[in-house]
Amino acid sequence: MIDELENGPWPSFISGIKRLRDNHPEERINEMTNDLLGQLEHSYETRKGYWKGGTVSVYGYGGGIIPRFSEVGDAFPKSKEFHTLRVQPPAGNFYTTDILRRLADSWEKYGSGLVTFHGQTGNIMFIGSTTEHTQHFFDEINDYGFDLGGAGPCVRTAMACVGAGRCEMSNLNEQKAMRLLVNNFMDDMHRPALPYKFKFKVSGCANDCMNSIERADMSVIGTWRDDIQVNQEEFKKYVSLKGRKYVIDNIVTRCPTNAISLNDDDSVVIDNQNCVKCMHCLNVVPKALHPGDDKGVTILIGGKRTLKIGDLMGTVIVPFMKLETDEDWERLVEIAEESIDFWADNALEHERCGEMIERIGLVNFLEGIGVDVDPNMVANPRESSYVRTDEWDDEAVKWYEKADAKKETA
Amino acid sequence: MSEEKKQEMRAPIETGAPDGFQYMHPTMRKNYGQWQYHEHPKPGVLKHVAKSGEEIWTVRAGTQRILDVFTLRTLCDIGDKYADGYVRFTIRSNIEYMIKDADKVEPLIEALEKEGFVVGGTKNSVAMISHTQGWLHCDIPGTDASGVVKAMMDELIDEFKGNEMPNRVHMTTSCCQINCGGQGDIAINIQHTKPPKINHDLVSNVCERPSVVARCPVAAIRPAMVNGKASLEVDEKKCICCGACFPPCPPMQINDPEHSKLAIWVGGNHSNARGKPTFQKLVAAGIPNNPPRWPEATAIVKRILKVYKEDAKDWERINDWVERIGWPRFFELTELPFTKFHIDNWRGGRKTLNSSAYVRF
Repeated sequence: MIDELENGPWPSFISGIKRLRDNHPEERINEMTNDLLGQLEHSYETRKGYWKGGTVSVYGYGGGIIPRFSEVGDAFPKSKEFHTLRVQPPAGNFYTTDILRRLADSWEKYGSGLVTFHGQTGNIMFIGSTTEHTQHFFDEINDYGFDLGGAGPCVRTAMACVGAGRCEMSNLNEQKAMRLLVNNFMDDMHRPALPYKFKFKVSGCANDCMNSIERADMSVIGTWRDDIQVNQEEFKKYVSLKGRKYVIDNIVTRCPTNAISLNDDDSVVIDNQNCVKCMHCLNVVPKALHPGDDKGVTILIGGKRTLKIGDLMGTVIVPFMKLETDEDWERLVEIAEESIDFWADNALEHERCGEMIERIGLVNFLEGIGVDVDPNMVANPRESSYVRTDEWDDEAVKWYEKADAKKETA
Repeated sequence: MSEEKKQEMRAPIETGAPDGFQYMHPTMRKNYGQWQYHEHPKPGVLKHVAKSGEEIWTVRAGTQRILDVFTLRTLCDIGDKYADGYVRFTIRSNIEYMIKDADKVEPLIEALEKEGFVVGGTKNSVAMISHTQGWLHCDIPGTDASGVVKAMMDELIDEFKGNEMPNRVHMTTSCCQINCGGQGDIAINIQHTKPPKINHDLVSNVCERPSVVARCPVAAIRPAMVNGKASLEVDEKKCICCGACFPPCPPMQINDPEHSKLAIWVGGNHSNARGKPTFQKLVAAGIPNNPPRWPEATAIVKRILKVYKEDAKDWERINDWVERIGWPRFFELTELPFTKFHIDNWRGGRKTLNSSAYVRF
């Protein structure tokens, strides 16, 4: 049945596994992939999976490996142990061909020869090794700078977009943010002891190419708070190329806050105070419109998919912060530490951070991590009157004091 | 473990995520954070220009994602011979070659295509489907996402290589409702339709029963003695067949060769552009999980894509498009049935109802 997946124009993973079976000089790999194909064919015929988990790790760590033992190992003995090693990629997923070859050389010494760049959390997935060989493979790649990622209830491997490496929309050093955050939590990654998984993702702008709002427990998104930079000549060129109707239909009327309009001379005017930095107009005319100079990040918390209580988007806990000075960067890590500590202390077993916040309310979480409320944290104020407000005056004073302090620093 | 044995073991070096700069193209390192704009000269090719005037050209190619070392080395050979030896992988598992000189672009594309890789996946294309492990490696899979993706990309390859969609289309597949494939403009996910089948002989040995009980979103699982053995039972009237009990308790088998179906969801969009991010919505279910090529699911995906391509305006992602035309028109155009299962009854589902006089005819 799986032979059918060798047909058609898209590259076939089945053909790849067969190459390992038929052409690889190492007999161990030929046999392992032969039995893997046998089990996969069996799955296709019966429409069922035949792997079960277990406990495998490397010396000194408690996670990072996805153990797989075959339930049909008697029929396919050479692939009966087929564990995956999750390995953290370099920030931004950059590689030289040299380092890829080195990883390939190490992997075929100890594994099946199958590898994925990358799994859905962002790990390099080295698929298929025995319990004994996982240790040897890890020792070898760990010596030249690679470390295991997360598996189980722990801080997971993080992701950063290509960002400042190539993209003009970038508003921060994404790689630095990602590595500072995740590398601060190596103990929480390698020795799983948290309520459940916790993921960091860093995107350089609100296009959010890393899906951080939907998929990360803590999402860091680049933004700016001054004006969009406009090159009027380039904008006019675009208008003359595409026509006014196209510009009105595809830029002006698509602005979510009606903050952009076309002047009679085909230049553009932007109501920057009402611009929410959604990125649409910059995406359409990347030559004419650019992020401002006063760059920073927005931090959201609590994104996750369905299980258990339903899908949750991340929500804003820090509307804007600069990432310039050492203190700024330390504060970013501190917010992550406070969040994880509070969650670890207060979550139920197997409860993601967003689910905990759903259960206890955002305000309790904010008070737990020492962050003040801000109207940017809500789509709109409360609609339900079921709330006790007897400390209203004290809270109002806090707001005015904060406003005064802001005026003084301005 | 004896002390002697322990000493032989090598302590891990907890370096975490490696620094990406050491593997980055020198032109990108030099112009880090100093990019001015980009252009899209043709499908699969991006040109980024720095404020310094320097350029970096990117050629993107789709692969089989699950790479054998031969394929990985072929990709490296191409990178050495036709590019500058610097690559990266996108979030959708495409490989990208970054090169300094524009005149290397065409020979690189030719070399990639000669080896069977597919250049494209940029801008208004149907991008590579991001997917999960499936029967090849997962312990709880209802299907083989890798196979579904291979079969679908065979059919959608021209849309990957072209730029004819109104905006980009991100697709995902997932082998269970945990949905590791993630949100997508179109998502093809397993949807179980029957409660788990319990092997009562194994439950007490294999499963930590209280945590399995706690895992159920609808409190349908309770401890029970079955045939004199401590086990678990499921209130099948309450059960929503989500499969959440299966990972912590493998004797509660949720996968069923016939009754684990595929469902198709549309309108997930992670970008904030034009509107806030959106989750995907159910449009079709009950689709046979039919290896090795899943023709029924592919046919529905192609139908949705065809209608979207014809009817959406420039820059509309699928969610933007449906928001404009409305769901009645979506079901009419795609000729998919609208059923009682499309109406959300989960907590918070009320916000998805139409509490207005806005009705479309």
